[in-house]
Amino acid sequence: MADDSAPLVCRDIHKSFGDTEVLKGLDLETRKGDVVSMIGSSGSGKSTFLRCINLLETPTAGDVILHGEPLRFKHNRKGLRVPADQRQVERVRAKLSMVFQSFNLWSHMTVLENIIEAPVHVLKVPKKEAIERAEAYLHKVGIYERKDYYPAQMSGGQQQRAAIARALAMEPEVMLFDEPTSALDPELVGEVLRVMQDLAEEGRTMIVVTHEMAFARDVSNQVMFLHEGQIEEQGTPDQVFNNPSSERMKQFLTPNFQQRSTA
Amino acid sequence: MLDFHGYGPELLRGALVTTELAFASLALALGIGLLGASAKLSGSRSAKGIATFYTTVIRGIPDLVMMMLFYYGGQVLMNRLSDYLYYNYEIDFFVQFDPFISGVLTIGLIFGAYMTETFRGAFLAVDSGQIEAGRAYGMSRVQIFFRIMFPQMLRHALPGLGNNWQVLLKTTALVSIIGLSDMVRIAEQASKAEHEPFKFFIPVAAMYLTLTAISELAIKWLNKRANVGVAGGA
Repeated sequence: MADDSAPLVCRDIHKSFGDTEVLKGLDLETRKGDVVSMIGSSGSGKSTFLRCINLLETPTAGDVILHGEPLRFKHNRKGLRVPADQRQVERVRAKLSMVFQSFNLWSHMTVLENIIEAPVHVLKVPKKEAIERAEAYLHKVGIYERKDYYPAQMSGGQQQRAAIARALAMEPEVMLFDEPTSALDPELVGEVLRVMQDLAEEGRTMIVVTHEMAFARDVSNQVMFLHEGQIEEQGTPDQVFNNPSSERMKQFLTPNFQQRSTA
Repeated sequence: MLDFHGYGPELLRGALVTTELAFASLALALGIGLLGASAKLSGSRSAKGIATFYTTVIRGIPDLVMMMLFYYGGQVLMNRLSDYLYYNYEIDFFVQFDPFISGVLTIGLIFGAYMTETFRGAFLAVDSGQIEAGRAYGMSRVQIFFRIMFPQMLRHALPGLGNNWQVLLKTTALVSIIGLSDMVRIAEQASKAEHEPFKFFIPVAAMYLTLTAISELAIKWLNKRANVGVAGGA
């Protein structure tokens, strides 16, 4: 039984698209303050796994458990597994805010409007309080002076920092990052990683799908290496990067760090 | 100088009728368009079928023929329905298919079909990441529709809606054929009586031009508002 101190537990998660099984039984257990990096090549299933946690994809089998509360599923008329209780899904999602690769800030709202949208309409926080909270988080990510800008008027790095502020404003149990720096120009990656590093140091629970090996190695305390829908290697950054047991992990590491040193 | 042989006030009243007809038809067309687009994008096969049948039929029939069909045929059907309800259920229900109602129904139905296509395309143009963000933050389907989908859809729909509106406005002239005293019909009567077609039809043309010019400005303004913060917007 998962104890309540584990904010998020996933057990034996499977996901198939048609006949293709992309996740073949993944487990994840977090403690409060854990920063879990999920690494692996494209198509390894790491993003799909992340999307199964907040049910943007419904796992074909397996359990997602938040603070001891398992998400409920049922089978629809076509025999597909679907969430049993949409209300539960919405409640759980509000505790798991997600930061997307392509930011997905709502383009018809200003930065401030983006940040207060879900707190006001989902969490029912009074608007005045939501604005105060939003402004504090905007200061934190360093774009307070852009609060009345629209997303399209900002750089990618600023947009992603705004998206992180939007995620923080939900005061989530766990933050999910789906390749948060992959869509950024190289010179903008640093500012986003710095904000994420601050969050990690504050003790926020984070699950980060990333290609940034330095972040995985230096900031996280748990690293999962996925290959073809399975966990190929898992452990502390030191174990995974300096002493990997799997041949694939070794292969994966070599070009990554070579590129980094020659870049 | 501007002497309309006493027809001036009537022409103005006609212009008002034209405007009323256009706005009433627009309201109906927008309603039908949203419904039609929802039906076409819904998972239901029968809803899709009905909507596709509707747009195919409407867009394939000349406006004038539709109008005649509604005005003359609509009344016949209404009479039968009214008789049936009264004799069988003692319900007293009757609608007079006067030219105005027939005009609104016809134009609304015709442009509802065009609006359906405009709205459908606009809904499809909303970036799926925007909706996904709504889902990921715990918003309900209704909230996602009204807070994200609808405002973003409007941005994509406005140019098409503006076009449809301009054509709709000019289509109102057809209603003079079934006897509505809009400005076209009054101008026709006046010019026949006075044998001065230019004197009456040029003001009518100018009035339409004024209405479309004002519309153009209004649409531009709406577009600008809807595109605030987007590349190419304000």
